[in-house]
Amino acid sequence: MPLFLIAALPFLGALMPGLTIRAGRSAYAVASAVFTALALFGVLQHAPAVMAGQVVTWRMDWLPQAGLALSLRLDGLGLLFAGLILGIGLLIQLYARFYLSPADPVGRFFAFLMLFQGAMLGIVLSGNILMMAVFWEMTSLSSFLLIGYWRHLPGGRQGARMALAVTGAGGLAMLAGLILLGQVTGSYELSDILAKGDLVRQSPLYRPILALILLGAFTKSAQFPFHFWLPQAMAAPTPVSAYLHSATMVKAGLFLMARLWPVLAGTPEWSVLVAGAGLVTMLLGAGVALFRTDLKAILAYSTVSHLGLITFLLGLGTEEAASAAMVHILVHASFKAALFMLAGIVDHAAHTRDIRQLGGLRRLMPVTFALALVATLSMAGIPPLNGFLSKELMLEQAAHAGTPVALAALFGAALSVAYCLRFLAGTFLGPERADYPHTPHDPGPGLWAAPALLVAVVIATGLFPMLLAPLAAAAAAAVTDVPQHLHLALWHGLGPAALWMSLGAIGLGLTLWGGWPRLSLLPAMPEAKTIYDLKIAALVALSRSVNRLVDHGRLAPPLAIASLTILDVGLWAFLTGSHTPGTRALTPLEPAPLAGFVLLVAATLGTVAFHRQRLLSLLLIGIAGLMISAFFAWAAAPDLALTQITVEVVTVLLMLLSLSFLPALTPAESRATRRLRDGLIAGTVGLGAAALTYGLLVRDFAFPTISAFHLANSKPGAGGTNAVNTIIVDFRGYDTYGEIIVLGIAALVIFALAEVLLAPGPANNRLLARRPDPARAGDRHPMMLVVVTRFLLPIALMVGVYIYLRGHNLPGGGFVAGLVVAIGFLLQYLASGHGWTEAHQRVNHHALIGAGVLVASATGIGAWLAGRPFLTSAYGYIHLPPLEEFEWATAAAFDLGVFLCVLGAVMLALASLSRLAQRGGERVAPRAHDVLSEEAEN
Amino acid sequence: MEILLAAAIGLLTAGGIYLILRLRTFPVILGLSLLSYACNLFIFAAGRLAPGLVPIIHKGSAGYTDPLPQALVLTAIVISFGMTAVLVMLAIGAHLGGGDDKVDLNE
Repeated sequence: MPLFLIAALPFLGALMPGLTIRAGRSAYAVASAVFTALALFGVLQHAPAVMAGQVVTWRMDWLPQAGLALSLRLDGLGLLFAGLILGIGLLIQLYARFYLSPADPVGRFFAFLMLFQGAMLGIVLSGNILMMAVFWEMTSLSSFLLIGYWRHLPGGRQGARMALAVTGAGGLAMLAGLILLGQVTGSYELSDILAKGDLVRQSPLYRPILALILLGAFTKSAQFPFHFWLPQAMAAPTPVSAYLHSATMVKAGLFLMARLWPVLAGTPEWSVLVAGAGLVTMLLGAGVALFRTDLKAILAYSTVSHLGLITFLLGLGTEEAASAAMVHILVHASFKAALFMLAGIVDHAAHTRDIRQLGGLRRLMPVTFALALVATLSMAGIPPLNGFLSKELMLEQAAHAGTPVALAALFGAALSVAYCLRFLAGTFLGPERADYPHTPHDPGPGLWAAPALLVAVVIATGLFPMLLAPLAAAAAAAVTDVPQHLHLALWHGLGPAALWMSLGAIGLGLTLWGGWPRLSLLPAMPEAKTIYDLKIAALVALSRSVNRLVDHGRLAPPLAIASLTILDVGLWAFLTGSHTPGTRALTPLEPAPLAGFVLLVAATLGTVAFHRQRLLSLLLIGIAGLMISAFFAWAAAPDLALTQITVEVVTVLLMLLSLSFLPALTPAESRATRRLRDGLIAGTVGLGAAALTYGLLVRDFAFPTISAFHLANSKPGAGGTNAVNTIIVDFRGYDTYGEIIVLGIAALVIFALAEVLLAPGPANNRLLARRPDPARAGDRHPMMLVVVTRFLLPIALMVGVYIYLRGHNLPGGGFVAGLVVAIGFLLQYLASGHGWTEAHQRVNHHALIGAGVLVASATGIGAWLAGRPFLTSAYGYIHLPPLEEFEWATAAAFDLGVFLCVLGAVMLALASLSRLAQRGGERVAPRAHDVLSEEAEN
Repeated sequence: MEILLAAAIGLLTAGGIYLILRLRTFPVILGLSLLSYACNLFIFAAGRLAPGLVPIIHKGSAGYTDPLPQALVLTAIVISFGMTAVLVMLAIGAHLGGGDDKVDLNE
């Protein structure tokens, strides 16, 4: 399976819950598990080659000029992480299926989970560091969504925000560091960068690069002093904690350090920063864990501590330490994910996670107890479980690093023994209690199967440590760039210091736990969250005060300043730049355009002068629009004339409708001095615009324009003689594609706004209280108008089809056709009323917009099937007797998409407004041409 | 004709700027419409005036006007409809939700 497909599978899986919106928990879990399993299968296919030391790559150039490529690589390190992400991912999906209740929005959960899985897999498979940074941010975002999954919990929302702020800020720093790294090495390809370690370490930029990248790694992997977000993230559902916050995402920082180990490690700066932060985090996390009473908080701080341990090993900078780090990543994932799931089971069964309310569960929940016992003892480093192996490797490395470090490591290990015992004893040992919030009992196998599998791994790899060796060795070889041969064993004889340190740690840990009653009296440490909250509050206050300096909640000042600034810049450019006098021959004055000009001037001045009388100004502005349309017709722009006139009709209709909700008059509020000032500003800017236009019109093009290309290729390249239309649907088809999507979104925004206004609230109350103007005429739907518009509708449809079909060769096309057909329908609304028209309409406006975008997309994608870039068009000729030979072009299909989207968008916008009118007491006429009868009045 | 076009653009700009500096939503929307006209005409003017030379390829043509600004303006006209529609809806929402149609925040 190509790497691209492996990387894409989780994202495809994320779509599944969206497509099957009401399928239920099992369907979501199975669907996402299938995609995860397929990706895992693909990774395993490559495993033999990767274990043998090969690097599997896949690459597609995107912007080769800028060094940007979609480049994927799978080496030993990637294999280890990809295996963890997908393997544990499968177990989490199983667990989550039974953990979440049917009342939760389960589809959303699985969509987010798969999104996260894809992002995380993307990080470890990236062969380009910029791409890695993109995936990195995606894990931050999906983690935010998952932590805040239970939106009703304030703790979840706060934790999600904090995690996003901390990891997002770190991600930005990392991006800066990666860009510097790319600048130093001259490439963003990982394979190039890894080969240039010496160059980077000798560069003057080494220290900034290291600091910035470590900021990213430390925030993500919760290293001191950025450790505080991880415990707050425990408000997430337990499957999320087990997956993101113990097994995978928090290890992304470790991955980054391991990935760039050949480039960045081996300097004194690296050792001090990384090993130092790791050691401090290890001690701090273990120390705090000892004082927590919430099971998940104990596990969270324990995770912080273990991440510190692995960071410490990577910081030592030796090959043996790096190998030990790889072993511990595997080991920690196995026992910690299991423990999180078990904590979730206890929470589920007893409805509390507080060990002050727990205890004595060993008889009530024997299966859970047995699994937790093994996993906890492994976490404490008790032989013959796998935690003992990696802890011994760590102590061994610490012993080589000098006595103070060795003692600190020993103390950290002892603390971990102590909190493990507290976790176990507090939950399961002691007498049974009578006051559990809920009587606990073991859950069904659906919940305990996943942790049981992990516990089996804990025991198997503990008893047969060499099971871990090939994968860890392959990963370590990828980290250190040197083949590694690991020899893992439980028993190394009585010689090594690590054995005695292990024993010492267990002894000291037992003592600490024994002395717990006295330890618990120690004063509490300051909460990192409080400090964080204070800082955030200060930042918010600061930005508020800065904002107050520039924004007073008034619209006019910034607009005036912006207009004048643009004018000044233009003036400055004109006065200081060099320019030649205009030599272009002027077009002679003609009477018809002159008359149009006079009308335009009158209409514009009238709009401004009478803007307080809103209906009048609307009519006047309509005249201005018509004159502009006429101007386009005169100035050899028939397409523009058609578009302008149809848009004008639709816009005026829309504004007319809006006037029934807005006051009819604008009160005179501003003083004469202000009006004078605004008039001066407007006049000056208008003069500037006129001068600029004139200056432009009397000069020839400074450079040959690209229009000659479009004119020359319109027929041979795009198969149409209307150059404007071929530009829209072919040469600049991508722009148009984006544009119809924007138009569709605008219509959906209008619909959504109408929904908001119609929801219970002050706006809805005002609508309900609104009394329409007293009837000015008895006939609300005049018979003549109704009859004429009904006749007009088929004609409008026919004209629309005609304009659409001729568009490629003559003025017309999808935009105009869509508007013409829309006007045909709008006239029905106008003449026969909303109720009648709605009742006779079977096509959904949303569906029209969607169909339009889909048709346009399908046309674009069709070009891929022919091996051409998106939206490449094709055309040809067909001869069907007895018809004349006629032309077909794929651009026509694209234009059909434009047509549908424009039609849907216009209709949806106006229909949303008329929905407001209905709520506002406009009576729906049961019959179309109704002089409202007496009984309808009552 | 050039001077007429320049004057029209100047006048539409001036009217638009004056109206967007008003205090109520409806005149501001009208002002934006005038500014849209001015902008569309200006983009069109970038192709210079060539009356009679339609951008439709046909035999025996004396030449063509610049089709590119026309294509740009065509889409701009449609998008400005979308923008006006959203603004109108926002104005209605503000009026119904807030009780008045002022553009400025009440301090």
